[in-house]
Amino acid sequence: MSDTGIGARVERKEDKRFITGKGRYTNDFRMEGMHHAFFIRSDIAHARIKDIDKSAAEAMDAVTVLDGRQLASDGVGNLICGWMIHSKDGAPMNMGAWPALATDTVRYVGDAVAVVIAPTRARAKAAAELVTVDYEELPIVVDAASTMEAGQPQIHDNAPNNLIFDWEIGDAAAVDASLAGAAHVTTLELTNNRLVPNAIEPRAALASYDAAEERFTLYTTSQNPHVARLVLSAFYQIAPEHKLRVIAPDVGGGFGSKIYIYPEEIVCLWAAKRMGVPVKWAAERVESFLTDAHGRDHITKARIAFDADNKITAFKVDTIANLGAYMSLFSSCVPTYLYATLLSGQYNIPAIHCNVKAVYTNTTPVDAYRGAGRPEATYLVERIVETAARELGVDPADLRRKNFIQEFPHQTPVIMNYDIGDYNATLDAALKAADYANIGQRKAEAAVRGKLRGIGISCYIEACGIAPSQAVGSLGAGVGLWESAEVRVNPAGTIEVLTGSHSHGQGHETTFAQLVADRLSVPIENVQIIHGDTDKVQFGMGTYGSRSGAVGMSAIAKALDKIEAKARKIAAHQLEAAESDIVIEEGAVRVKGTDKQLLWHELSLSAYTAHNLPPDMEPGLKEGAFYDPVNFTFPAGTYVCEVEVDPETGETEIVQFVAADDFGTIINPNIVEGQVHGGLAQGLGQAMLERAVYDESGQLLSASYMDYTMPRADDLPFFQVSHHPTPCPNNPLGMKGCGEAGAIGAPPAVINAITDAIANNALEMPATPEAVWRALQAGAFKQAAQ
Amino acid sequence: MYDFDYLRAGSVAEAASALAATPNAKLLAGGQTYLPTLKQRLANPSCLIDLGGIGELKSIEKDGTALVIGAMATHAEVAVSPIVREALPGLAGLAGGIGDPQVRHNGTIGGSLANNDPAADYPSAALALNATIVTNKREIVADDYFQGIFTTALEDDEIITQIRFPLPDFAGYAKQEQRASRYPLVGVFVARLGSSGEIRVAVTGAGNDGVFRVDGIEKALAANFSADAAKSVAVASAALMGDMHGSAEYRAHLIPVLAGRAVAAGVTSSGS
Repeated sequence: MSDTGIGARVERKEDKRFITGKGRYTNDFRMEGMHHAFFIRSDIAHARIKDIDKSAAEAMDAVTVLDGRQLASDGVGNLICGWMIHSKDGAPMNMGAWPALATDTVRYVGDAVAVVIAPTRARAKAAAELVTVDYEELPIVVDAASTMEAGQPQIHDNAPNNLIFDWEIGDAAAVDASLAGAAHVTTLELTNNRLVPNAIEPRAALASYDAAEERFTLYTTSQNPHVARLVLSAFYQIAPEHKLRVIAPDVGGGFGSKIYIYPEEIVCLWAAKRMGVPVKWAAERVESFLTDAHGRDHITKARIAFDADNKITAFKVDTIANLGAYMSLFSSCVPTYLYATLLSGQYNIPAIHCNVKAVYTNTTPVDAYRGAGRPEATYLVERIVETAARELGVDPADLRRKNFIQEFPHQTPVIMNYDIGDYNATLDAALKAADYANIGQRKAEAAVRGKLRGIGISCYIEACGIAPSQAVGSLGAGVGLWESAEVRVNPAGTIEVLTGSHSHGQGHETTFAQLVADRLSVPIENVQIIHGDTDKVQFGMGTYGSRSGAVGMSAIAKALDKIEAKARKIAAHQLEAAESDIVIEEGAVRVKGTDKQLLWHELSLSAYTAHNLPPDMEPGLKEGAFYDPVNFTFPAGTYVCEVEVDPETGETEIVQFVAADDFGTIINPNIVEGQVHGGLAQGLGQAMLERAVYDESGQLLSASYMDYTMPRADDLPFFQVSHHPTPCPNNPLGMKGCGEAGAIGAPPAVINAITDAIANNALEMPATPEAVWRALQAGAFKQAAQ
Repeated sequence: MYDFDYLRAGSVAEAASALAATPNAKLLAGGQTYLPTLKQRLANPSCLIDLGGIGELKSIEKDGTALVIGAMATHAEVAVSPIVREALPGLAGLAGGIGDPQVRHNGTIGGSLANNDPAADYPSAALALNATIVTNKREIVADDYFQGIFTTALEDDEIITQIRFPLPDFAGYAKQEQRASRYPLVGVFVARLGSSGEIRVAVTGAGNDGVFRVDGIEKALAANFSADAAKSVAVASAALMGDMHGSAEYRAHLIPVLAGRAVAAGVTSSGS
């Protein structure tokens, strides 16, 4: 391994500009004559708009107020959900209309009603206070468990009983038969708490329209600028794709929340053309809380069956997924194909059935958030397996090991075909690192200090890459999920890589350059990664689902294959050798075992001078590739959490956290460990701290950092992280993806540890001190089996 | 934020005369509550009179049997002051645990007491230690000063200049934080006064009317000054605050637990 190649701990190239404050984010861009947008949002969770009085606001100098009727009359389309789910009766999902500005009804607190455009932000805000919206209040429902009941307010006319779809997967009859004949059945009911994504950079948009060219430019906080352009063009009728440039410059975190097209960027584009001025909007933090698509929010009842040998025979899951007031862009696939397909966990389960009812409530829309369905599946699987072990009176690690999938490939009953893994390896490594064998001593020692110590295991699996295109198409996806790359070797030998992936914290400028440096034997500083601009980069699908490595880098690798092949041909021609004898090493393209060589820059230049190329070869050295994977990738691992609970207060300290992961090939351990640490912080945040809380009137009570608890450094332990790769056989680099694992695997490890400490399985997330204290009062759990 | 005038006062007298002369003017101390309030356009003062430039309000000194802290002393200054750490270490510890470093280097003791947030740390110390709030007009004992949530005995044109803490022979503070804001969910300050031996136990974070004393725990500690005695007292939840961060029942449970911890963590002074 070279010091900059695959596997090297290269320092992040992009950090120089981030650390020195030179990053350029959407809100850093300014344009001549730019105006500012401020959105008037509903402060009522459900109401009819009777009237909007703009007169006082528009009496201010250079102030314009635009509303949803004007938007509709200009032909701007409604927001859409891009993944079709059919109910078990075959009916398509009931997608309610979502105009970018409400036309007649508001459905959640934060729903955009009108927008004020003014030369300064301060004036827009002052004018907004002069706009009077006259509402007729409607009944409100925020509770997903009861929203389908008779008599509840109806949020969309085309979704009776607020039901979006009633979907199922798996063999219900086989599952019921196994449950009926089981030696033991464990039942668990749980909720997966709603989270607010909280990227550091709030969403923003800057739109301009060039009337002479009839062309828009949009700077926006997007994880996938090409998808944004496609959706804005094809569905919202903003402009044809060639008349719309979308730029996603430096983006300060996304976690899924910046995948989607939101009302604000649509309105900025529309207003920029209508008013003839560039229009900028930047969210205030409270708008982020209210309008960034939230995550999770499931209510689940599950039963798992065991035979007399403690082998799992069946798993039955019934889930209500709260999608909020509107269907966000990929909201439908999260609680279905990204959730139920992972319910087999790391286990050999012959029969699985899952029913998911997705429902509307008067709350912020819910969509993918770091992990997206897979955390919900993992939390359920790993809590019910742990609970079963306690009921069966067996060691939770042994129960897992007994049921692990041992042979690959493995076809689960819920679509997924696991290609490779070694679940014993990660379990063994985690247990050893955590000194699992001696937990009894540590519990006894803690008891002397008046503390309750507990340990919890989570063996997670996830499906990453979000591909292949044909497969996701058959499941309802409106897009293909390949990735593209173009490698341009400049005449002097430096290299530009144009990638359809988008970096918003992942470090692509470093890892992608490592791949190129490794393959073409060039200095890493001679490689530039270009992304995020639809005028520069060929169509690409963007970054989410831990796909930039396994899919995005695979596309680059394919393009590099073509570059290498052409370089070999040129060198063989000029050095009068056989192509098969040409090697690329030490900055040169040379004949193996000889001193005949072309330095890389010599070869590059000769490709462009074209004075001595093989017959019929085109000049230049530039190649593109599209990579469509043949399967998902399946990162997996074991997390072990150890806690101490203060029984007087319920306060819980994480005293140890071990992560043993299998991400396949690792390009840069520093970046991978950073991803693991960040994911664990979010997972621990969900487990112990974070929750979006609505009151009965639909007000988001936790709409600021005074009430929504983000994990901070002193909430977290030191993480012991180790890697146990089984390279993925289905992509050229053997990569699986690491971006979401921490957030997926951590929550059940934490809750399993706390429930072990307090001897009560009935504990929900977040495990606040009061929740733990109350569970502790409820007493020790029963041991059902001998 | 709405527009407002700004005056950086050079003396208490200048601040007081500006305050009296300017309708709808507001004093600015450390701004840890008021600046966010302004940013959210929840307040619209005509003028902000900044007390930050008044050197006389930053003194910390020991005056006989009292510790006297200037109103504009920041939490960080109180926390690290050798005078406070020697004379009243329980108060230094409280100050060092307020919020986070940014808050502690901006927020002031006078600002905290003038605001009287029901979850602020300082009111519990002031009430338990029987402090005197000194203003540009008069002196107000803590028993008279706190009058409910965000409400004090201060008049509109009155400026806190000093807080005088009689030196106790025991002081201790324990709290459990609300995890998001890091304000106390419940904080309990236990003091045994040097002059009279009176035991005063003051609770912040839990009262519907702000900081309050707990008679039952005070009596229990008078009979037996021990952590176990404090913990053995049951506190009724009926009059306590409940919200998404903690029910009234949980807060009621925490009060004796934290009172016991305050007794265990506190320091008995030998010099008073």
